[in-house]
Amino acid sequence: MYKDLILGMLRAGIFGFGGGPSVIPLIRHEAVTKYKWMDNEEFGDVLAIANTLPGPIATKIAAYLGYRQKGTVGAIVGVLAHILPTCLAMVFLFSFISILSHSPIITSMISAVVPVIAVMLGLMAYEFGEKAMKGLGIYVGIGLTIVCLILLQTFSIHPGIVVLVFLTYGAFHFKLKEKFIHKKERGQ
Amino acid sequence: MIFVSIFLSFLVANLLGYGGGPASIPLMYEEIVNRYNWLSNTEFSNMLAFANALPGPIATKIAAYVGFGVGGWGGFFIALLATILPSAIALIFLLKIMRKHQDSVIVKGMTLLVQPVITALMLVLTFEMFQDSYHSIGIIQSGVIALVAFLLLQKWKVHPAFVIILAFLYGGLIVPHLS
Repeated sequence: MYKDLILGMLRAGIFGFGGGPSVIPLIRHEAVTKYKWMDNEEFGDVLAIANTLPGPIATKIAAYLGYRQKGTVGAIVGVLAHILPTCLAMVFLFSFISILSHSPIITSMISAVVPVIAVMLGLMAYEFGEKAMKGLGIYVGIGLTIVCLILLQTFSIHPGIVVLVFLTYGAFHFKLKEKFIHKKERGQ
Repeated sequence: MIFVSIFLSFLVANLLGYGGGPASIPLMYEEIVNRYNWLSNTEFSNMLAFANALPGPIATKIAAYVGFGVGGWGGFFIALLATILPSAIALIFLLKIMRKHQDSVIVKGMTLLVQPVITALMLVLTFEMFQDSYHSIGIIQSGVIALVAFLLLQKWKVHPAFVIILAFLYGGLIVPHLS
């Protein structure tokens, strides 16, 4: 339904204060929780692949969600609903609001939204962590998450590269696991 | 000619801006201020402050504003097209392949192994957001807002947009009077 697509992407676009990352949990809410266009796992794939590609994250995801629902026209509709209102606001309200953007009230309004976004991102982390532990076992799941954290934070390796490394290993994961189990069985 | 410059400048900034919108801001600055002189340094930082105050992705808002300023409505759409189109097509194409083979053990393994990376990425973003919040409104305000947001979202399943509106009102009506 175009109406759902437009409403969902519109809401994610106009309530995501704080740039691209803040939009991600909002898009997920619309796509996974509210309209059930896909499950959380597939959304994880979308997010991961989006991270390996250059350019803004949120618009890519909006385009894909639209495409998945309604093909090429859906992709265009999804992106436009997501970005057009704020892009037009940028053009028309600039001289008007640029004064306001330095006002302390506007600044504190926006800062009050930041902890909310943080909680949303934290909840997403929890859900994906739960999935990781279910699929990989508690120890491997937590262990790999910690390895990723160290790669991202301590070594400042680019997220896209970390995703690529894990995707590459993931492609062989089940084959290697099978081999490992075979070996164990033969050993016994 | 001006449309070609607009298209190329935003295409380059976003193709090289590997890591989402924020990563391409310095590259856009390079193109907009240093190379084409479409905006002065001060104009650019004013625009950035304004773009940050509005919701939604940053890179597209900058593209819309500069594109419109330089080339009218044509410039507006061309700048947006250059920003969004290439990576959106690439994402649709890659995910289409993945979905076609979604039952293969290769794709299943990829889907599984991506989970811990996403978990870590989201944890990093959560941490960065809290840090931002701590610097701007302090630990107590951040903690109280976060706790209330957590209860609303998780326990009472309120729509995120509504929670954001509440935070907005709280920030506008109460936070300025606290310090």
